[in-house]
Amino acid sequence: MSQALAGSAAETTPIRAHTRQFLARHVGDTMPSDSDDLFKAGYVNSLFLMQLVTFVETRFAVTVEDDDLKIENFRSVEAICEFVAGKDWALQSAEA
Amino acid sequence: MRPSQAQDETACAQDTIDLRRFGVIGAGIMGCGVAQAIARAGSPVELIDLDDDRLQAAQRTLRSNIRQQKFFDRSAPPVDDQLALIRMTTCYDGLAEVDFVVENVTEEWDAKAGVYARLDAVCKPECVYAANTSAISITRIGAATKRRDRVVGMHFMNPVAMKPTVEVIRGHHTSARTLDAAAAFLKSIGKAGVVVEDMPGFVSNRVLMLTINEAVFLVQDGVAAAAEVDRIFRECFGHPMGPLETADLIGIDTILKSLERLYEAYWDTKFRPAPLLRKMVDAGLHGRKSGAGFHSYAS
Ligand SMILES: NC(=O)c1ccc[n+]([C@@H]2O[C@H](COP(=O)([O-])OP(=O)(O)OC[C@H]3O[C@@H](n4cnc5c(N)ncnc54)[C@H](O)[C@@H]3O)[C@@H](O)[C@H]2O)c1
Repeated sequence: MSQALAGSAAETTPIRAHTRQFLARHVGDTMPSDSDDLFKAGYVNSLFLMQLVTFVETRFAVTVEDDDLKIENFRSVEAICEFVAGKDWALQSAEA
Repeated sequence: MRPSQAQDETACAQDTIDLRRFGVIGAGIMGCGVAQAIARAGSPVELIDLDDDRLQAAQRTLRSNIRQQKFFDRSAPPVDDQLALIRMTTCYDGLAEVDFVVENVTEEWDAKAGVYARLDAVCKPECVYAANTSAISITRIGAATKRRDRVVGMHFMNPVAMKPTVEVIRGHHTSARTLDAAAAFLKSIGKAGVVVEDMPGFVSNRVLMLTINEAVFLVQDGVAAAAEVDRIFRECFGHPMGPLETADLIGIDTILKSLERLYEAYWDTKFRPAPLLRKMVDAGLHGRKSGAGFHSYAS
């Protein structure tokens, strides 16, 4: 793994951890892997999308633009990490 | 039983149905959904509720709904453009020029009857009223207006933006022309209607409310937890959602009110609401809209 990649993986660690924590509260007994498609695998249904958007906006203080409202950006823990990491993000406290 | 065609509306001078201006009363789950569908189709709409607090909540719901719809409808206009078509107000004056009103207020007779009296005072004679109700007789609603032939039931499904078909209810005096207007309206927002006759609860909720109520009794009796009840419907029956998730989506308060309306209408104890439903309503567990019901929806 190159230095750059290792660096970016380290940067996404908090995003990953908080996203997994959030999902754990909503998916029931079995936790998806980071690459599992949350919707196709039936962990959550499409009504959960806006809960994910709100979570990402409040926890990571990112702006989700009209053009970002695509399932690709929210379909898995990986996808969410990649999406948030590509934005100007900052971790907010749980109360935010 | 059916009134003759000759009784059809005569005050309605136009021959072609031309619906351009719309009003939506009640800015809760359903009113927001219907206003959103009208705005998505590019038409302006007046959205009315009781006070500014509720309208502010509706503004947040609408923004969230319209954003959610973007996921599935990539060609939808920008979120802000759609929102700009929805004029939120507590005042009925803007309804003077509307051609079609969809009423979506709380499932209580007095609330609905009060709205129709106000509508009659301001709407032009040819304006059609569509009542979005879970269980109240459309014939009874018609009788509370001065235009019973221009009243039709329109039971939208929730979430409105994602459901292509609407249960359309012909009240005893609903005219053929009113049904045509209802069909034209639905077509304009990209939906189809299935017309049924009028009995409280119609087709959908006479069955669905009993199913949900019995599922609530299962939880109350400790036969299974809500998650297991829903899982059986999803995984064994292949339903997209279980009955208790569906109850959370509809609103636990609305489920209780719908069962009460059915119970009053049929005087049949099969519609008696499970005591757990009332307890949940008293506890503020109203489902998705309150953040928790049988399941939790906190962000
Ligand atoms: N929730 C569903 O899934 C669903 C589906 C189909 C039909 N319905 C029916 O649609 C109607 C609305 O249901 P909902 O789920 O949107 O309820 P809701 O509680 O979310 O919203 C009802 C809204 O009506 C408003 N209201 C009450 N009295 C009013 C008045 N006099 N004037 C203006 N506004 C008034 C309330 O302030 C509230 O904002 C009910 O008759 C319900 O049975 C609900």
